[in-house]
Amino acid sequence: MKTRFTTDTKLESEIAYFENINLKIESGDIIDSFKLAFKTYGKLNADKTNAILVCHALTGDQYVAGNNPITGREGWWSRMVGPNKPIDTNKFFVICSNVLGGCAGSTGPKELQNGSDVAYGGNFPSITIKDMVKAQSLLIESLNIEKLFSVIGGSMGAMQALQWAIDFPDKILNIIHIAGALKHSAQNIAFHEVGRQAIMSDPIWKNGKYFENNEVPERGLSVARMIAHITYLSENAMHRKFGRKLQSRDIISFGFDADFQVESYLRYQGKSFVERFDANSYLYLTRAMDYFDHDETFRKNIEFSHNPNNHLKYLIVSFTSDWLFPTIESKMIVNQLNSLSREVSFLEIDTDKGHDSFLLEEPQLDDVIKGFLTNNFAKIDE
Amino acid sequence: MNKINSIRKDWSLIETLIAEDRKILDIGCGDGGLMEQLENNRNAITHGIELNRDLAANAIARGFNVVHGNAELDLSQYSNNSFDYVILSQTLQAMMKPKDILSELLRIGSKAIVSFPNFGHWKIRLQLLISGKMPVTESLPYTWYDTPNIHFFTIKDFLNLCNEMNIVIEKSIGLTSKGKQFDISESVTGVNFFTHEAIFLLSYKNYEPIKIKSSKKVFAKNSVIAN
Repeated sequence: MKTRFTTDTKLESEIAYFENINLKIESGDIIDSFKLAFKTYGKLNADKTNAILVCHALTGDQYVAGNNPITGREGWWSRMVGPNKPIDTNKFFVICSNVLGGCAGSTGPKELQNGSDVAYGGNFPSITIKDMVKAQSLLIESLNIEKLFSVIGGSMGAMQALQWAIDFPDKILNIIHIAGALKHSAQNIAFHEVGRQAIMSDPIWKNGKYFENNEVPERGLSVARMIAHITYLSENAMHRKFGRKLQSRDIISFGFDADFQVESYLRYQGKSFVERFDANSYLYLTRAMDYFDHDETFRKNIEFSHNPNNHLKYLIVSFTSDWLFPTIESKMIVNQLNSLSREVSFLEIDTDKGHDSFLLEEPQLDDVIKGFLTNNFAKIDE
Repeated sequence: MNKINSIRKDWSLIETLIAEDRKILDIGCGDGGLMEQLENNRNAITHGIELNRDLAANAIARGFNVVHGNAELDLSQYSNNSFDYVILSQTLQAMMKPKDILSELLRIGSKAIVSFPNFGHWKIRLQLLISGKMPVTESLPYTWYDTPNIHFFTIKDFLNLCNEMNIVIEKSIGLTSKGKQFDISESVTGVNFFTHEAIFLLSYKNYEPIKIKSSKKVFAKNSVIAN
């Protein structure tokens, strides 16, 4: 495999090109060539034992820390990744790539179809979490890293971490799985479906061909984001943050303006989202999450995998107020691992911040991630 | 004898009951103190369960395999005979269903180690006799209305239960309130009177684990023959 690397100065990202690789994906389709946009932080040590792959969530990207040139803001996990942070880049070499199907520089519906000057749009093949992980494994291979010390992710990132444990256990030592599940639940699929319907019923969407007129189905995409954002919070957190407080007014308007702060907040979330995210990508990635299901296969995959996985360590974390990926879902993973006598740690963190907790200030999350990584790294470094 | 010393003494006695290179499950493992001791001194592979969130987080941050959970609900996830030893230190009296827990310990582990404060100790008997109030001592320091210890029992009660459940007591160590150590099985009279804390190494009667070895794994099957 010959991989070409370039640096995209506008995206402030490295780009890895996998040309004529004929990647066979789960749907049966073949992607002949693709590219992944990625960032690295810290330095790979001489023995190449300190590499960590961070997997981003649904609307995340490769900008874990430092500046994100697309939003002009700090990276999405800059509180977790960096020098002397819980995932310490003085010690670890951290890699994060935009997933296959994403819209921050990796091959996805927004990018030009191979050998043409037209974007994929709705012609992009349906991808799965397994396909994303396969693409990541090719990136890791092309960086000449035989074994990752850890794969870490929350939400859709947790799905990828679990998929690594299933598909490439011989290429990793441990995973940190935060706010995830063995499967995407019916309720979660339902919320995704409402979001997709919002996008697809926007007249500008035009079966995914909105880019031909340089248009964006802003209304559909922002409504999808508003719905999703509600599922990332909790009732208590919303009440604490907004209550029934009014926005820039003293009395209600008896109309449909954003009277309440919570309305104004959601409108802002929707509006800012369309500036940085592609509507088709949102359709494809939510679908990939919906298709994720290891409910019945995880145990068999781990127990009878053709790859050895007895050495794997698992850290599973959930949050009390997360109703999108509730604790019970994490415990199912823990139960199955314990029934196989695997090395698993599990913590349910007490917080009212909902599913989004993994991105927010949670000291106990910092402590367990830092301790888990430091102590397990010390064991292999002996 | 203060609480910390008592726990340390308990741990060092538990350590004497454990062979090298064994796989151990510590129920109520706290921040992993006993696990650390057994990894260092016995080269053990350790797993733990802890109900208290902060203690579990500390144990995980210290690098131990610890599951935050409730032993009374979560033990069923472990497979039969998947550990060499299952340890329940100073916790049996706080369990809702001590008998169920005891049989779970010996389902999961080839052997179980159980330690508990003896409610039959003379100081406790004397307190109840004289004051007519529920006893409060160094090892049982709580008042009746806010104690986590909901099932009080004496050594005699425990021995009877083991007998009823066909559990073999392989070793038993008693500690007096002054920390003096003795073998419970060899002392005939006054054991239940003088033992402040007791530690038992348990297994099943006529227990023959059938181990089937394949290239990578050892499968174990329970075969308990009750009398």
